[in-house]
Amino acid sequence: MNTVIVENIHKSYKKIVALEDITFSVDKGEIFGFIGPDGAGKTSLFRILVTLLLPDSGKATVMGLDVVKDYKKIRKMVGYMPGRFSLYQDLTVEENLTFFATIFSTTIQENYHLIKDIYSQIEPFKDRRAGALSGGMKQKLALSCALIHKPEVLFLDEPTTGVDAVSRKEFWEMLKSLRNAGITIVVSTPYMDEASLCDRVALIQNGSILKIDKPDLITSSFGKNILAIRSSNIHKLLNDLSNYPACDSVFPFGQYVHYTAKENRISKEELEKYLTALGHQQLEINPIEPNIEDCFMSLMNEAS
Amino acid sequence: MSTREKIITVSNLYKKFGSFTANDDLTFDVYKGEIFGFLGANGAGKTTAIKILCGLSKPTSGKATIAGFDVYTQTEAIKNSIGYMSQKFSLYEDLTVAENIRFFGGIYGMTRKDIKIKTQLLLDKLGLQDSAKKLIKDLPLGWRQKLAFSIAIVHDPKIVFLDEPTGGVDPITRRQFWNQIYEAASEGVTVFVTTHYMDEAEYCDRVSIMVDGRIAALDTPQKLKETFGADSMNDVFIKLARGDNK
Repeated sequence: MNTVIVENIHKSYKKIVALEDITFSVDKGEIFGFIGPDGAGKTSLFRILVTLLLPDSGKATVMGLDVVKDYKKIRKMVGYMPGRFSLYQDLTVEENLTFFATIFSTTIQENYHLIKDIYSQIEPFKDRRAGALSGGMKQKLALSCALIHKPEVLFLDEPTTGVDAVSRKEFWEMLKSLRNAGITIVVSTPYMDEASLCDRVALIQNGSILKIDKPDLITSSFGKNILAIRSSNIHKLLNDLSNYPACDSVFPFGQYVHYTAKENRISKEELEKYLTALGHQQLEINPIEPNIEDCFMSLMNEAS
Repeated sequence: MSTREKIITVSNLYKKFGSFTANDDLTFDVYKGEIFGFLGANGAGKTTAIKILCGLSKPTSGKATIAGFDVYTQTEAIKNSIGYMSQKFSLYEDLTVAENIRFFGGIYGMTRKDIKIKTQLLLDKLGLQDSAKKLIKDLPLGWRQKLAFSIAIVHDPKIVFLDEPTGGVDPITRRQFWNQIYEAASEGVTVFVTTHYMDEAEYCDRVSIMVDGRIAALDTPQKLKETFGADSMNDVFIKLARGDNK
């Protein structure tokens, strides 16, 4: 069963096209990720799905309910965590949670079991004002508030942006256990490496979806061989490789450079000869499997 | 790095706020033309240390020099030797490209003549000659970022501080930006990067990781991964910050 169905959604702000013909569906009980940079359209899409923004055209349903006509019903059934921290900074941790429970005519006690794993981590600070919490703790409180009315679907807009790696890891572990409890999760992130933590992902750029699939199927359909190359001078390596006639793409990836060849004609030996002749030292050339970022860039190039 | 000239030297640096020790015995050097990553969890003491390195705050004890200038007594000279860019704040959106260059050039104490020469050079290099009179807000994000970096080094600083420079940008733009950083570093500018994005750390020549006010590790990304038996800087960071390896 599809929890979210989106068909041909368009949204523009004056001249700027935010979403262009977006179509996808989310299955019940999956973690569905939108992976894309700032300005890709992630927030506009989430706001449409939680009924805070009207699409220009197209149709979208959440739990079978129309996002335009049935907005009141949808609001009771979804949990939403906006990109910006939007709890009351001057209320304490406990006051914020009580406030959101009250709005949805419930109590902390009634649904405590749902938030227990997450909330118990910040409960020792329940009398602290929300504004005085660390980034990771704010995020846990926001998630608790989004969960307190026992939603069927969670929409989390960039929940891990600006949070350190340890808190990010903990956050994803929480999402997994919520998913296992049967909650459908739609989440967005600009961190490409978080794609592998989702059941399925949509890669999104400039208001369009580049691809939707399981993360491992996206990487396995890359279709080209990649060499990871390093030398003692990365800057020179990048320049020399982009001047190499057979070069299709060359991108820095940390201490390595990822290289693909035109028509996939890759010869490690020839490359080694070429680079050695140009004076590269400590040369290392290894075939590797593509990652999501390789795929994203290749799809971006195809789209433009 | 062809030379090993030290641009930043820090030894036994402490910064205390009352009974709280924000920087606990920091000792490290950064070399000319190096891309140095400065990482740490929220609250580990990064911001405190960077303020000292930029001449905005004085240490409680210990020694530090930036481009040869002392952090206790020569803070104005330090400020003239550094550039700064952040993803969150970089350029004035309601000013044009040329106005931004003139504004920041002025702030960095350049003469009008130098600003004029540099503006031309910079626009030529970025291929932005036709956009000199465009407002920043009308430029695509990728261009803004390249321009912001160029402006951060318009006064030929010895060191440029980058605060989460590529957070949230698309992967291609991000790589064009790293190309620009490599180029600056190869011309001898020292690049000091602070970030939450562990994959940005992989681009650095060396990386230090702060935990609870101390430098818990400092090495090349490759060596750090070997030492901690990790596949990525993300794993290294998690092991260190969680104390898994203790």
